[in-house]
Amino acid sequence: MKKIVSLLLAAAMMLMVAGCGGGTEPKSSGSGSGSGAKQMTMGFSQIGAESEWRTANTESIKQAAKDAGVKLIFSDAQQKQENQIKAIRSFIAQGVDIIAFVPIVETGWDTVLKEAKDAKIPVIVVDRDVKLGDDSLYVAKIGTDSVAEGHKVFKWLDEYMTKQHKQPKDGSQFQVAILEGTVGSSPALRRQQGFKDEMAASSNAGKYNIIASQTGEFTRQKGQEVMESFLKSYGNKIDVLFAHNDDMALGAIQAIEAAGMKPGKDITIVSIDGVKGIFQAMIDGKSNCTVECNPLQGPLLMETAKKILAGQKVDKLVYVEEGVFPSDKAAEVLPSRKY
Amino acid sequence: MNWKRITSSSLFLPLLALFALLLFNVIFVDGFLSIQMTEDGRLYGRLIDILNRSSSLIVLSLGMTFVIATSGIDISVGAVVAISAAVVCTLIGGRGDGVAEHPMALAILAAVAIGVLCGIWNGFLVARLKIQAVVATLILMTAGRGIAQLLTAGQIITVYYKPFSYISGTIPGNVLPTNIFIAAAMVLLVGFIMKKTSIGLFVQAVGINATASKYAGISVSLVLFVVYAFSGFCAGVSGLIESSLIRAADANNAGLNMEMDAILAVALGGTLLSGGKFYIGGSVIGAITIQTLTTTMYALGIASDQLPVIKAIAVVVLCLIQSKKCQALVASWKENRHGGSAGKTVEKA
Repeated sequence: MKKIVSLLLAAAMMLMVAGCGGGTEPKSSGSGSGSGAKQMTMGFSQIGAESEWRTANTESIKQAAKDAGVKLIFSDAQQKQENQIKAIRSFIAQGVDIIAFVPIVETGWDTVLKEAKDAKIPVIVVDRDVKLGDDSLYVAKIGTDSVAEGHKVFKWLDEYMTKQHKQPKDGSQFQVAILEGTVGSSPALRRQQGFKDEMAASSNAGKYNIIASQTGEFTRQKGQEVMESFLKSYGNKIDVLFAHNDDMALGAIQAIEAAGMKPGKDITIVSIDGVKGIFQAMIDGKSNCTVECNPLQGPLLMETAKKILAGQKVDKLVYVEEGVFPSDKAAEVLPSRKY
Repeated sequence: MNWKRITSSSLFLPLLALFALLLFNVIFVDGFLSIQMTEDGRLYGRLIDILNRSSSLIVLSLGMTFVIATSGIDISVGAVVAISAAVVCTLIGGRGDGVAEHPMALAILAAVAIGVLCGIWNGFLVARLKIQAVVATLILMTAGRGIAQLLTAGQIITVYYKPFSYISGTIPGNVLPTNIFIAAAMVLLVGFIMKKTSIGLFVQAVGINATASKYAGISVSLVLFVVYAFSGFCAGVSGLIESSLIRAADANNAGLNMEMDAILAVALGGTLLSGGKFYIGGSVIGAITIQTLTTTMYALGIASDQLPVIKAIAVVVLCLIQSKKCQALVASWKENRHGGSAGKTVEKA
């Protein structure tokens, strides 16, 4: 048994050495794929397919690899870190040019990333965050900026209220109700923080007041139930609803309708994500704006990977572009939405 | 004399808990009892919300009461709710123009039928293959959500077909949401059947002693089979109500943890998890109590992540009240105190 293990280890190390050669001289090591000797090989470990958003994320990366002429070795970890670590080890063994992965959890990556570094294979962290003792273990992080999403929500809101000449229902301040995401989850914390920071920094800070903020757990049902309760408690006082994701906003819209009010008119609604359902609601005039949380990270990933391999300097933190879609743009944007 | 009869009634403790909670709300929540009429003629207020939101749990706990009475348990109902929701929404379809792909009656029938089918599967495992109820229903609990995901292709299907929202909403011209009537009708039907037939007695007998029941001539496996199938039926109906509430099938979240709420409702209602005697009315009150608790938390502005803790405390307190040992302790404590004070008066004299 011991012999087999040591044999396997030896074999793996040999491969790693081979991979090392491939990594340092990507141009000369013909991967045998014919004419394009320059073709880059990327090992990519996705966490799974738990939502439409994640599926769009995967599709984007696969498509971008095809478009950029990158050979993508795709591995689905099925929500398990050990599968991801295995996948990364096998990428090292196969001697890919670059490794990218969406970390399922933040910790526990030091050893395997050290192995990649020793094999001189650059690593890109995609979409989620990692906590490492040594930040040089990865070259770049690509993802969405939840704090900036919160900023954009308030910025849009303030502009909209001014432009529409909206008046606070109670005569003094706009009352904002917030549906938070799952307690303790990083998007919920950061979106809330972004919104509040931007509000505090704004010159119109005095015009807004957060009247209620409660978790709706990112689901439609809870969003509806909590909004129902907000409406009973604060009735006609609420001017604005900010939902940390679109699904909660969709639930809240139904609660507002049930209370005999007009969502999007009596209460201004803004949410984050940009799923198809909210675009439909905006076309129907029931919601006002969504700030995108963009899963289409493929093109940026490929671009960054190419820069790294070409020896160019890249920023340690690269954010994808995230749009703001007010309701008047909804009808024209909906057909092109991928998730 | 009369007071004793009231306090010894099986519904006394569950009702007491509910009234205490309602009283708390009346004191601390502004306008808790107020019910208004909206412009389009619907009743509107927190009490209506509580009934509206507890109806699916009431239906679910009806089925669960019988299962628990046979000293079994059905932890698959939450997943079956998701399956039923997925079926009805995929059949009606998520077309943006508000047209149904299949007639709604057919979709409803299919969703309930799927629920019954799931129940029959559980019944088969428990009654025929004699697998322990927790293990047998665990299979569907884990697989069910996957099945629902498959049906919806991993997406949240939103139904724009207007009549679908009437199941948990208000039919124009009516004053209350339809699901309240559905729940009430099912409770009355079950009550009627219990009164007119001896099915309840059979269920109870199986729960107390299955072997003895068998020798007494009761077909134990048939009783178990029917009980699990009925629980599946209830989960199917509950799925309809849940999906109609949000007009969508959310395979990840529909009915999530509802099996635990249903078990809690049954326990709060005074039915012992060890089986035997059961209280339909108690379960209904238990379900309403749980929803009232949730509504109270929201009304007071307490974050919903703290809700489970408060629920847990409520369960502990109620289980303590029901335990024989605890009752004996309280009785002996009372006696001691009486004895003690009597002694003191003697001393004084």
